[in-house]
Amino acid sequence: MAFDPDNYGLRLFVRYLVLCLIALIFIFPLVFMINSSFKPDNQLLADTSSLRAFVPVGDISLNNYFGAFRRAPVGLFVLNSVLVTGATVLLSLLICSLAAFSFAFLRWKGRDVVFSIVIATLIIPFETIAIPLLLLVSKLPWIGLEGLQWGWLNTYRVQIIPWIADGLTIFLFVQYFKGLPGELIEAGRVEGASWWQVYYRIVMPLSGPVLATAAILKFLVMYNQYLWPLIVVQQETYRPVMVGLGYFFQLNVAWGEVMAYLTLITVPVLIFYLFLQRAFIASIASTGVKG
Amino acid sequence: MAEVSLKGIKKSYGRVDVIKGVDIHINEGEFVVFVGPSGCGKSTLLRVVAGLEDVTEGVIEIGGRVVNELPPKERGVAMVFQSYAIFPHMTVRENIAFGLTIAGASRQEKQQKVAEAARILQMEHLLDRRPSQLSGGQRQRVAIGRAITRKPAVFLFDEPLSNLDAALRMDMRMEIGRLRRQLGTTMIYVTHDQVEAMTLADRIVVLKDGQVMQIGAPMELYHQPANRFVAGFLGAPSMNFLKVDVLDLDGEAATVGNQSLEPIRVTTRRRPFRKDGKAILGIRPQHLRAVQSGKGMLHGVVAHAERLGSETVVDLTLRDDRELIAAFNEDKIFQPGDALELAFDTALAHLFPEEG
Repeated sequence: MAFDPDNYGLRLFVRYLVLCLIALIFIFPLVFMINSSFKPDNQLLADTSSLRAFVPVGDISLNNYFGAFRRAPVGLFVLNSVLVTGATVLLSLLICSLAAFSFAFLRWKGRDVVFSIVIATLIIPFETIAIPLLLLVSKLPWIGLEGLQWGWLNTYRVQIIPWIADGLTIFLFVQYFKGLPGELIEAGRVEGASWWQVYYRIVMPLSGPVLATAAILKFLVMYNQYLWPLIVVQQETYRPVMVGLGYFFQLNVAWGEVMAYLTLITVPVLIFYLFLQRAFIASIASTGVKG
Repeated sequence: MAEVSLKGIKKSYGRVDVIKGVDIHINEGEFVVFVGPSGCGKSTLLRVVAGLEDVTEGVIEIGGRVVNELPPKERGVAMVFQSYAIFPHMTVRENIAFGLTIAGASRQEKQQKVAEAARILQMEHLLDRRPSQLSGGQRQRVAIGRAITRKPAVFLFDEPLSNLDAALRMDMRMEIGRLRRQLGTTMIYVTHDQVEAMTLADRIVVLKDGQVMQIGAPMELYHQPANRFVAGFLGAPSMNFLKVDVLDLDGEAATVGNQSLEPIRVTTRRRPFRKDGKAILGIRPQHLRAVQSGKGMLHGVVAHAERLGSETVVDLTLRDDRELIAAFNEDKIFQPGDALELAFDTALAHLFPEEG
């Protein structure tokens, strides 16, 4: 079809209409959840039969939130998850990028074999190692403020340390590092930089996109953790949000309070994504360009 | 400043030998150009000197010190790369000061040395820009600036002008020549461009398949090439090679000829030839001149002519269907099909054994 200025506006309109419809499909559960969290149960259930379910009308209040907080330590669960997720993401970025730097730039005996093993771990489902890992962490020593202790169960560290290094994150970093121009690294070396200086002065400042991707993927995995904390954390003090959600359901609460709980645990994810979305998209786009 | 010595250098990647025993001595303050076709090992040799590649065999000395086991930073070398390799996340100033920052230089020292480098390379106004805001030529200047601030004993250039367009390449070539006179540091320069080699070098090292073909001053290589490869590699257009019969041999000269060439006497330069055998006669296109009918040594028909203004390059077909290129240093008009007789000074011709 030839370019027709009269038609152009119409086509643009149709295109945006389609895009908006697709966006609606993705957004409507979120809108429903947030709206419902402000409504009492009887209104919530009555509204589900009409479009009123998606608009904040009727008896709107924060009662569900107060109810949720009264019924369970929701704030503590969110704080636990944010703490565990934040620590794991930061440590993972550091440790995995260092490992990947070694795989991508340093020459050492057995490097390729070790890298193959790291990649092979990608195909092992977590469920298969959960029990052996549980037995392991239940007997590991730890030196803390109270001196030497045995066993990591019911702690933050048991939720953090086993999740720091993983094959996928290392693989992402290795692929990205291999795409960096080799001459930049060599120029750094000739100019006198040690490998450590090459890492933090040259490679890391150029790794924004992959850092964002790795951070988001790790964040999602960690924030949605369920099985592992379920088996290693019995005390409420260290319980994260997803395990908390199961616990919350068991209390046989009202739907409005469940929606309030869900809204509370979804908001941190949305904020995190909004911060990094530009880098996340750039990273996926650049991966595509490089093939 | 330092001298550089390469003794019996060999480099293999698995079973592939890239450098097959190279011996080169580079004097203090000398500008040496490694030149050769793609894959001849010239860049690998430079990277071996820089310490970016290990040698399989042989000894590398810089300033009288064996550096085989030393990392790049302890060798006292600075390198300029083909892709410039300037850091995109740093400003020009930070790029130039990179080596000094790593060495822990004071703020004052960095400021002073960056200013000096910027003055030498005339880029004071670019210091606060990012590499993405610079042109190719400016980027290469930043790379050179980064190299000179540390006052290295040896400068290494790996095809620094290959990514620039023709006009800029000439400017930068002259700039590198000027820089060299100003700094007087030992420089090793890798290129596949023979014009860069001829104009910049004190001595040229011609490499082929990981071996040194000849080392010498540019004019020495041009006028007395050691073999057919060197003769063909230096000079534009390339030297003509004609297969000839050796008709007679006496002492230092041979009489050669063929179907298209009247018998001529050419000095053998002590190369081995056999009477009634074959040989290769080398004649530079610039040494050929058009002569009147009946006085020519070579007879041909114009196939194609290129008028360049100051020069006319003619592609001829000889009687035995072989091609010959002639370059006349004036503007002449030729039509395809014109018959042309050519003569040359036999003292300027070269005779090579058939096999090499």
